[in-house]
Amino acid sequence: MREKFPFFAAHPDLVYLDSAATSQKPQDVLTALQDYYVNANANVHRGLYELAYATTAHYEAVRAQVASFIHAAKPSEIIYTRSTTDGLNLVASSFGPQVVKPGDEILISGAEHHSNFLPWQQLSHRLQAKLVVAPVTATGDTDVEAVAQLITPRTKLLALAQVTNVGGGEVALAPLAQAIHDVGGYLIVDGAQAVAHLSVDVQALDADFYAFSGHKMYGPTGIGVLYGREALLEQMPPIQFGGEMIDEVLDQSATWAEGPLKFEAGTPNIAGVYGLGAAITWLMTQDRAAIAQQERSQVLALRQALAAIPGVVLYGSDASIGIVSFNLTGVHPHDLATFLDEQHIAVRAGHHCAQPLMARLGVPATVRASFGAYNTIADGARLAAAVQEARGFFLGND
Amino acid sequence: MAMTRLDQLYRQVILDEASHPRHHSTLAAPDYAVTVRNPSCGDVLTLQLQVQEGKIIAAAFAGSGCTISQASGSLMTDRIIGQTPAQVMQLVSDFSELVIDGHSPAEAALGDAAVLKGVHQFPARIKCATLAWKAAAQALGLPDAEDNHD
Repeated sequence: MREKFPFFAAHPDLVYLDSAATSQKPQDVLTALQDYYVNANANVHRGLYELAYATTAHYEAVRAQVASFIHAAKPSEIIYTRSTTDGLNLVASSFGPQVVKPGDEILISGAEHHSNFLPWQQLSHRLQAKLVVAPVTATGDTDVEAVAQLITPRTKLLALAQVTNVGGGEVALAPLAQAIHDVGGYLIVDGAQAVAHLSVDVQALDADFYAFSGHKMYGPTGIGVLYGREALLEQMPPIQFGGEMIDEVLDQSATWAEGPLKFEAGTPNIAGVYGLGAAITWLMTQDRAAIAQQERSQVLALRQALAAIPGVVLYGSDASIGIVSFNLTGVHPHDLATFLDEQHIAVRAGHHCAQPLMARLGVPATVRASFGAYNTIADGARLAAAVQEARGFFLGND
Repeated sequence: MAMTRLDQLYRQVILDEASHPRHHSTLAAPDYAVTVRNPSCGDVLTLQLQVQEGKIIAAAFAGSGCTISQASGSLMTDRIIGQTPAQVMQLVSDFSELVIDGHSPAEAALGDAAVLKGVHQFPARIKCATLAWKAAAQALGLPDAEDNHD
């Protein structure tokens, strides 16, 4: 598997355990990016020449491919964005004011990434609504029971990660979707940490919106996707104005394009769309169940190895999806990460864009190891051995 | 045997300084107080200074952080006591130069704090080393510093 990723040819000795921040890219994705610029470089939805038409056709074919990838009912429910963050902000800015009134509540979990926290916090300020933050489990995951109990008739929006980015826990969304819909609210899902690992079905989840990024699922940076239920997208106003998103423009007024183009002002990230398509094709031609099983084994093995080291505190659970977050008591995560870096082990150390969660866990930061399709059991073993050594280096062996 | 890069960064004196930092407390009557953050890592550091007759007579820092930021806070506060604000500003600038470039003509003037120069080999950690010093510059150099002085 590693040989399919040119990055590892450039870094043969690197143990890369930061795929939750961004995954490496298979050759097929890099080829698609180059293919666009070398063979297909033309703007989309504008030119009448054959090349521009073919590029537009591919751009739209990838939209259909994305729809199929996450089991959306129609390609027109797929909006290209810059990132998960961009998609969640679009929902907050465009859809939020349509349904949230002063005194209403927006409900999130205390385990949310800042990108699924701040848009709702700021929207609440703007609309004089109340942001309700559900307590988390002791190990830093979303507490589904706690979320369910906080859904009230005033709850208009429920925004949750399908897989949290520190604990790595998969959130059982279906019952929450039912509960929020029963009170007339809407479910917005941050899928950033889910799409690379799980088979996503937005209709089975009954999500009203679902946002994710290309770069955490083996695709390029700068391209993301927002799924939205067609009936909701139709009623939402655009929030950016310019080329590509119009129907007719007069001196003093304008009408908007239908469907997703209404939300895609300006020349989009066409190369990113080519790369995203290639990433989906690549993922769908892998044995995804086998990769998921391999990632589960790696998470379990690493958790067991770390648990055997005195002073290690583990977050998340044995069921965490591709993520193992931990701390070594008495050693700051940054010092540990520097020690690991000297052994060519790349992990994330910090607050993981989840400061409200760090506050709830009572720590300034954690170390996070995260897995992709190219990792092996040996990678986790090298990490655990290095953590054991770091303990001796910083704390002395007792 | 040559010291490894890690040993140069984490000299024993730095580990000791971080585990038993000096001036890690709060002042009863500070003239200047500032809280600075390292947004990429979440570390927070509060620095308090007391000035009398144009010289810093007491300094204290609080907050949690990594070995480098804690050791740096300890060494910085210890170094600036007895200095004038202008001298502190010079030390802050000399220290930045030392940890970014690995050498500075003013290395001797920094005293014990110069032990942190190994940080220059770890660009990702320079901010950890400079956090406390930036706090000092901010506390003394803020346009509204006079407003804090009451």
